[in-house]
Amino acid sequence: MGYSQFLNMIPEALLVLALIIVFFADFCLHKSERKVGVLGKLTAALLLCQTIMLTTVAPAEAFGGMYVASQAAQVMKLILTFGTFIVVVMAEPWLENEARKYAGEFHLLVLSTLLGMYIMMSSGSFLLFFLGLETASVPMACLVAFDKWKKKSAEAAAKYVLVATFSSGVMLYGISFIYAATGTLYFGDVANAMSDRYMFSPLQLMGLVFFFSGLAFKLSLVPFHFWTADTYEGAPTPITGYLSVCSKGAAAFAALVILAKAFGPMIDYWEYMLYVVIVLSITIANLFAIRQSELKRFMAFSSISQAGYIMLAVIGGSQTGMTSLMYYVLVYIVANMAVFTVISTVEQNNNGATQMNAYDGLYQTNPKLAFLMTLALFSLAGIPPFAGMFSKFFVFMAAAEQGSFWAYFVVFVALVNTVVSLYYYLLIVKAMYIKQTDSPLPAFKTDVNTRVALALCTAGIALFGICSCVYNYLFAASAF
Amino acid sequence: MSILTLFVVIPALMLLGLWLAKSLNQVRGVMVAGASCLLALSVWLTIYFVQQRAAGNTAEMLLTYSVPWFKPLNIAYSVGVDGISVVMLLLSSIIVFTGTFASWQLKPLTKEYFLWFTLLSTGVYGFFICTDMFTMFMFYEVALIPMYLLIGVWGSGNKEYAAMKLTLMLMGGSALLIIGILGIYYFSGATTMNVNEIAAMHNIPVATQKVFFPFIFIGFGVLGALFPFHTWSPDGHASAPTAVSMLHAGVLMKLGGYGCFRVAMYLLPDAANELAWIFLILTTISVVYGAFSACVQTDLKYINAYSSVSHCGLVLFALLMMTKTSCTGAILQMLSHGLMTALFFALIGMIYGRTHTRDIRYLDGLMKIMPFLAVGYVVAGLANLGLPGFSGFIAEMSIFVGSFENPDTFHRVATIIACTSIVVTAVYILRVVGKILYGEVKNPHYLELTDATWDERVAVICLIACVAGLGLFPLWASNVISDAVGPILANII
Repeated sequence: MGYSQFLNMIPEALLVLALIIVFFADFCLHKSERKVGVLGKLTAALLLCQTIMLTTVAPAEAFGGMYVASQAAQVMKLILTFGTFIVVVMAEPWLENEARKYAGEFHLLVLSTLLGMYIMMSSGSFLLFFLGLETASVPMACLVAFDKWKKKSAEAAAKYVLVATFSSGVMLYGISFIYAATGTLYFGDVANAMSDRYMFSPLQLMGLVFFFSGLAFKLSLVPFHFWTADTYEGAPTPITGYLSVCSKGAAAFAALVILAKAFGPMIDYWEYMLYVVIVLSITIANLFAIRQSELKRFMAFSSISQAGYIMLAVIGGSQTGMTSLMYYVLVYIVANMAVFTVISTVEQNNNGATQMNAYDGLYQTNPKLAFLMTLALFSLAGIPPFAGMFSKFFVFMAAAEQGSFWAYFVVFVALVNTVVSLYYYLLIVKAMYIKQTDSPLPAFKTDVNTRVALALCTAGIALFGICSCVYNYLFAASAF
Repeated sequence: MSILTLFVVIPALMLLGLWLAKSLNQVRGVMVAGASCLLALSVWLTIYFVQQRAAGNTAEMLLTYSVPWFKPLNIAYSVGVDGISVVMLLLSSIIVFTGTFASWQLKPLTKEYFLWFTLLSTGVYGFFICTDMFTMFMFYEVALIPMYLLIGVWGSGNKEYAAMKLTLMLMGGSALLIIGILGIYYFSGATTMNVNEIAAMHNIPVATQKVFFPFIFIGFGVLGALFPFHTWSPDGHASAPTAVSMLHAGVLMKLGGYGCFRVAMYLLPDAANELAWIFLILTTISVVYGAFSACVQTDLKYINAYSSVSHCGLVLFALLMMTKTSCTGAILQMLSHGLMTALFFALIGMIYGRTHTRDIRYLDGLMKIMPFLAVGYVVAGLANLGLPGFSGFIAEMSIFVGSFENPDTFHRVATIIACTSIVVTAVYILRVVGKILYGEVKNPHYLELTDATWDERVAVICLIACVAGLGLFPLWASNVISDAVGPILANII
């Protein structure tokens, strides 16, 4: 073994480099007036370079299969880097207003969570996966607590830390069972050790269940979702967006890879587990979302149900499923980030208003913002010609490909729930367009960062569906 | 590239034009130009189609074109038209054209209104030209969602409730459709989503067909006002602004019948044969119940909406009778009902715009005040009750004759029950005509009202010309249609 093996980890290496650059830039700029702007643009530029670079990176392996970056993993890194780029761009007005002093920390923490996600997705062993997961979780807790002088933010962070610790513990417990049952932590070897036997030992089953429960905490699937609403509500809005798209996307990708690779022989067991969890997540989250009047809480429940839809793609464990998952995450990133950008802008310009009734009559005063919000909500609800309908249809296809009665049943439940979700997304549209109010939010001008983020998201919402090249590119890259 | 793609490209350009438009006149200009282009295109298409058939071109679909879209999933953008789609495209163009004029005076937010209106029509056109299940479904949903805002923002009465109810019920229908589409795709073992190719394969097991047929038939049936899923229709139509009611009752409800025939019955023929009786009972209820409900309503739009439930029920009823005459009659009824009901809603909108009430208890003597609109209303009413010389007569005649061709008791009894709706239709039409058009003018304010303006006259005259035209020269249409019905029925029987 030589240090040259590190050269195989190009995306991670470059991200570490970016981290160092941002760190020194922060160091040099600590007295500058324009610190927030410069740092934001620097980080955004680095992430953009990273995104472009990732289109060319080939699959790689290092450390005897500990690090396995498949083509799919590299593309997924690209998608998440793109998502992080949007987060960094849209976060700038918030940083400028509320956390000027800590701009450096913000960017460093965002980059290190991204690094954790990279490692999670390109791990070939439970050990590295766990390290990646922790690298992603711990800085995330700091980010959630970023508005630390606000009680809600601190409370959210406390909840997040407790849940993250607990779920890590559960997951480690599961991993130790797996190690005990199979004598290895490498995904491929675990699968081989299992397929030797006809029946699975209780130890292996316990390992699967505990590991999956730990992962479900991260994905905020029902019944492991209790932290979500409070954390999403209390965290600063850009971080809520980051938490809901990137963190979730990485965990979903890892879930598919590990379930298909390491637990492949146990597919009959985890499929039923998934059916139950998906049906519960989508249904319960939708029913709770209807009752919310705080927009960030509302989006928290919406994101729980969206996680259920993402997991539909995992059911088959096939290449179609992998493609649909990556595609869904990509579309979800643009649509959800558009919503969070609007929420954040409205919050910044109106003394922290995140209640739904603050949006009454928004179309009269800020027509463009309301229109973009509508497009994003339609995309989340799965209305064509926006990308959301394509991604929903494709995860349904991936799940139905499996062919069993229960798969169709789960798809059916998910479909009925799209109608429920349409109802609550339309509630916001109704507030913006139809509700009459004497005092709508005053008209305000959005700044350039918000505009860039919204323009990118809207372009994604409009084009990712109709331009099939995106899907075809992902399909070609989704061998895993 | 097929010329049919223009049906989607022109509305897309209209959307762009509307987006860029700065003034009201520019908005109107874009709409009139676009709607005229579409009308010209569909007239040309009809003539071309008739000529091709006359020249002996017997291909099932003309102007076909297919390009892979999502290749790994076998989804393609494939277009093609047969006789049914040709007449439906013509109908859509007429309604969009007249709808533009019917909403000439609409305020506020005229530009946004036309944006959503055009998006809706894009969906309608796309649905009728496509032969790929996914693409059809996509356009189907494109046509549904603008309704929410069109009714919610520009509607009247209990609009928020009506808009939400309509959207959710129709989306519930499309949720069923997705299941059906996935079932058809995977269980046929096809490597394509093209409707014609899957139908030609004809290899879905009968038991599977019976599972998925209700999903698709009800899915489309919701839009076709199938009892008991019709409840969105009266509320939705009553609350919608004029042109949206026209487009919705005139064209959108036809998407339901078209989809039932083209997807449910064509692709799942064995199940259609075996399960038709259930849906025949439901549609018979639609036909009779709709007609009786219309008798007791006092709101003009509600009367017309229930009348639509009855007439659209007749479309599904005739399709399920599965004889060539009845199915041809069903498509003719779609065409005829589309035109008539659009005319009705246009006139009701114009009357409402003047009197500010649609309640027949407060309307009287309109013939003296606004003779043009009143005469239009009489014409629409007579067409609706099936007077010979108007389109309704031809359609209903074919339907009932065709239905009675079935030799067994069940079908004949159902036909006789459905026939009673003709009488009930006459009751509610004549009751309204007598009440609101004739007699003394009791409300002195009405004496100051004016007759139709030029833009309203354009809309009304166009529609009356079409209704009468179809009634006097029905042969070309029924030839074109029966020609297309043949291959689909051949698959079923």
